[in-house]
Amino acid sequence: MTPEIEINSIDQIPTQIAIEQTEAEQDGSAAVIAVEGLHKSFGSQKVLNGISLKVKRGETLAVLGRSGTGKSVLLRLIIGLTKPDSGSVCIHGVDIAGLALDQMGEIRKKMGFLFQHAALYDSLTVEQNVAFPLQHHQKKMSKSERADRVRGLLAEVGMEDALAKMPSDISGGMQKRVGLARALALEPDILLLDEPTAGLDPISSGEIDDLVLKLQEEHHMASIVVTHDLHSAKTIADHLALLNEGEVVVQGDFEELQNSDIEFVREFLKHS
Amino acid sequence: MIAPRLSAAADRATALPAPSTLPGSSTVSTKGPIHHFLEWFGDLGIFFWRVARAAATPPFEFRELFRQLDEIGSKSLPLVALAGAATGVVLSLEARYSLTRFGAKSLLPAAIVFSVIHETGPIITGLVVSGRVGAGIGAELASMKVTEQIDAIEASAVNPYRLLAATRILACILMMPLLTLASDACGLLMGWVTQALVEPVSLHQFINSGFNGADFNDFLPPTFKTAVFGLIIGLIACFQGMRTQGGAAGVGRAATSSVVLSSLFVILADVVLVKLIIIFFP
Repeated sequence: MTPEIEINSIDQIPTQIAIEQTEAEQDGSAAVIAVEGLHKSFGSQKVLNGISLKVKRGETLAVLGRSGTGKSVLLRLIIGLTKPDSGSVCIHGVDIAGLALDQMGEIRKKMGFLFQHAALYDSLTVEQNVAFPLQHHQKKMSKSERADRVRGLLAEVGMEDALAKMPSDISGGMQKRVGLARALALEPDILLLDEPTAGLDPISSGEIDDLVLKLQEEHHMASIVVTHDLHSAKTIADHLALLNEGEVVVQGDFEELQNSDIEFVREFLKHS
Repeated sequence: MIAPRLSAAADRATALPAPSTLPGSSTVSTKGPIHHFLEWFGDLGIFFWRVARAAATPPFEFRELFRQLDEIGSKSLPLVALAGAATGVVLSLEARYSLTRFGAKSLLPAAIVFSVIHETGPIITGLVVSGRVGAGIGAELASMKVTEQIDAIEASAVNPYRLLAATRILACILMMPLLTLASDACGLLMGWVTQALVEPVSLHQFINSGFNGADFNDFLPPTFKTAVFGLIIGLIACFQGMRTQGGAAGVGRAATSSVVLSSLFVILADVVLVKLIIIFFP
């Protein structure tokens, strides 16, 4: 049973909330990420129109769709960078709507986010970028322990030789690898990937896919991957959700997508 | 596990205050300039509240604060000193000409000292810092915003109001009085040099004569009023930077508006502060 607290004034808001995986989440019977009836508009432009999704521990969901269908907005809503107009996003059973920034921080410590363009801090080296979350949240970690952890994370993504380089000195694919290492720094339960293979050549895309698969096998995270790349989605995801005009047109495994007789799904598969 | 249900909370997670017109919006704003100004002011108030809350609650970002003290303080020193020195020279030349005309040449050191410490030192420092630091903070944060680096900070569970805004604003508040002291010192020194080149007078004599009749009320309030200038410069530059939208053009607009608005509000604040100083420190 989840205890609830009613808060009626700003002074009553606790700055720390405990977020832990329940037994049901660990054995995969409960969703780690539960999105219900999510609506989002920008001005008169409706972007999401009642999206509902669930992702369990160890599962990877690929969200597909045309450009501008709100795939990236969905990820931003899940990590709380954007507020929904209505609907709910529950992470580990906690509805994130209305949480204060510091409370949201407690939830975000359990989440890793890879931005579409990696969003590395351009004034910091690769090593400092990956060390950033550790510096802020693992204060008891000694400098040498932190350095070892950063090297380990960079080795995991095959970037251990780029420690001292600046983000501007490495390629887009390398930046995404570093972004992935940064996203994994706090050992998250949830991994959100926004177009991990966009703009990369086929070989680099394949390497990123292999890397995501490897990380999934090792860390058993609940992951959502937003992508245009059907081949990549097929490789790394257990389930797929196809978005059109702010709604989930079809959700299931790749076979279900292929067997769908919905016109948009056929059209999408034909051009992918 | 606790699931908080909030019925009233002004300080919500999510978005930094952003311009009301969002990209992709097809609506044409019918709001007038007064509406826009009031909206801007409201957003600035919300931003200030969030920064103040973040600054007052741990964890404190001392490392970033010290970096900003260096960036805003030490690195502005040469420019502020030069501006102060140039002001001292100009004041000395102008005051000499005017006072000689009216037969009050003996008041020249006092005129220079009082002008520099009362007004020209603080306001010149305020304007120079709003130009250098305002543009720097505005452009840096705007660039971070459009490249999603601020979102990445937030996604890493770090409060960007605390890490980016509070540290910069606090550094501006702390460094402005010190920079003003440096500007005053350079202004007085160059005022003396300019006078000494025309009519030999020792520095000791110049200072003695200039500060004759002056007390702490002539010196402390005008110097410490620049902490308010620092608050204005830091707050407006951070606010303009962190609400930027629209790529490189947005970064340019943020840098420009940071300088223009912070300079304007520094001048307006000076009007109010001078009046308050006259009332409370006669």
